[in-house]
Amino acid sequence: MHECPVCEAEVPISEDPVEGELLECEECGTELEILALGPITLGEAPDAEEDWGE
Amino acid sequence: MRVGFLHSLIRKDEKLLIAELRKRGDMELVFLDDRRLVFDLEGRPPVDVVLERSINHSRAMHALRLFEGVGTVCVNAYEVARRCGDKILTAASLRDHGVPQPEVRIAFTPESALAAIEELGYPAVLKPAVGSWGRLLSRVNDRDAAETILEHKAILGSYHHSIFFVQRYVEKGGRDIRSFVVGDECVAAIYRTSDHWITNTARGGRASNCPVTAELAEISLRAAEAMGGGVLAVDIFEAGGGFLVNEVNYTMEFRNSIDVTGVNIPERIVSYLRGVVR
Repeated sequence: MHECPVCEAEVPISEDPVEGELLECEECGTELEILALGPITLGEAPDAEEDWGE
Repeated sequence: MRVGFLHSLIRKDEKLLIAELRKRGDMELVFLDDRRLVFDLEGRPPVDVVLERSINHSRAMHALRLFEGVGTVCVNAYEVARRCGDKILTAASLRDHGVPQPEVRIAFTPESALAAIEELGYPAVLKPAVGSWGRLLSRVNDRDAAETILEHKAILGSYHHSIFFVQRYVEKGGRDIRSFVVGDECVAAIYRTSDHWITNTARGGRASNCPVTAELAEISLRAAEAMGGGVLAVDIFEAGGGFLVNEVNYTMEFRNSIDVTGVNIPERIVSYLRGVVR
């Protein structure tokens, strides 16, 4: 478990985390990104940009 | 085989592909984060193939061109990304290959766009040439709305919002079809059902299995071929007893389609990589 950088709630991390992985804090709903793996560092994910998508 | 995984943010779709790649004893995964890449036009990445999964269209398209420029095989190819990423190029390519699509008009000024909308009749659909997830789509129900939307686009939008892509509104009965093409096979399809006229799953459309009939497979493969082939998701309207191809997506999102179709789409994509490197 790691701490949400926004609300400090515990955020579960998957068994096979990847840098850049998106997560959602279940407590505050903030979309988070795994910024680093060793140690795991969470940050707020960037906002969607105009050319995002398929 | 070394597989370069071109990405930025890792969504569930990318996690599923990564898990599949890691299962393969004959494939080595090399992460290529587009936020850290620097190209010099000469250096070749130490990979046999690049699987493009960038969330940004502009980064994906340019990276693919630069990788291909130094001889790296990419899935999908740059030209495929270019055609799929711009609805005008998509429409032109579908037309070149005789693939049925909703009637469209392209115009470069608000005045000519208004004339185009009036010619197609109301409601009409105004789309940004580059865009996804159903964002900034407008169903234009009457002339007042058309004038307002065009004025807003011209004044508030960036320059590419002054390229107007207008499509005849297709009454699709609350659903459309998304089919998944991998190489020369249509591997699965879903219905996307919504009470809203925009049925993208990113906008709340519900996914359910759609049987891949011979007719559906045929139009899906023809649409994919028109784009240049590869790993593609084809958005299709059912209309008048036939099919119309609405869009083709080159960084396809499939996470909502695996359970409902029973098809392991990431497994099919990863298996396809082996064939393109030979």
